[in-house]
Amino acid sequence: MIPVEFYLVLSTLLFFIGVFGFVTRRNLVAMLISVELILNSVDLNFAVFNRLLFPGQLEGMFFTLFSIGVAAAETAVALAIIINVYRNYRSDQVNSIENMKF
Amino acid sequence: MASLAHIIIFTILAVVILGSAILSVMSKSIMRSVTFLLFVLFAIAGIYFMLGYTYLGAAQISVYAGGITVLYVFAIQLVSKRSLQGLTERIKLSRVLQGALLSLAGLVTVGVVLLKNQFIVKAVAGSIEEYDMSQVAQAIVGSDKYQYVLPFEFISVFLLACIIGGVLIARKEDKK
Repeated sequence: MIPVEFYLVLSTLLFFIGVFGFVTRRNLVAMLISVELILNSVDLNFAVFNRLLFPGQLEGMFFTLFSIGVAAAETAVALAIIINVYRNYRSDQVNSIENMKF
Repeated sequence: MASLAHIIIFTILAVVILGSAILSVMSKSIMRSVTFLLFVLFAIAGIYFMLGYTYLGAAQISVYAGGITVLYVFAIQLVSKRSLQGLTERIKLSRVLQGALLSLAGLVTVGVVLLKNQFIVKAVAGSIEEYDMSQVAQAIVGSDKYQYVLPFEFISVFLLACIIGGVLIARKEDKK
């Protein structure tokens, strides 16, 4: 039986690896991959809190389940936007999209 | 001793998750990043299995590792021949330092708050057994308190909206 701290430290490390990637990379797909890492660490937290602090209830599990579904939809739309950006600007760097900056 | 086996499995999964995550954000080629992301997703599914959430682990493998990774690979391979596939990115050192500083500050803050907090002592030390699958299924489709038929239906509408939006955004412009 693994103490709850181990899981929490693991998901915290994963979260900040994702933050590091989001700040460091300037490629749109790479930034989206970092967001996926962050989302996964949060999902892991939901499941661990539910399992180790409140066993017998299922709320955290369903939050994770719906969060996985929403993340899948979000990734599909984001990739569609990235493909469109690439088609229009011939570049996949965030710096190339400056039309809406004011 | 079952506890030792658990600790060994957890250590392997944690090393795979953290190592693949670091390689995924640091590797210059996009295809390699996606491959390492796939390893992270599989290992997280392994952690769900360890926690006894087999349904969640199956959903993670089928939706994340099966669906989203394929979506990434298709998007990367589809755009253009000389674009994302062989793309390597130069990462500036100043930006790496900035990102590392930001993440370390956040990591220390969150870590101290987590470990100093008292809610951890409430963690139960019982054995982890799998949920009964009929209990999970009843909670998904039931409409009572703590049952989730409304979000379940709502997410199907949401997925439909996202499919329509994705098709609308990604399709080619008509020739006028």
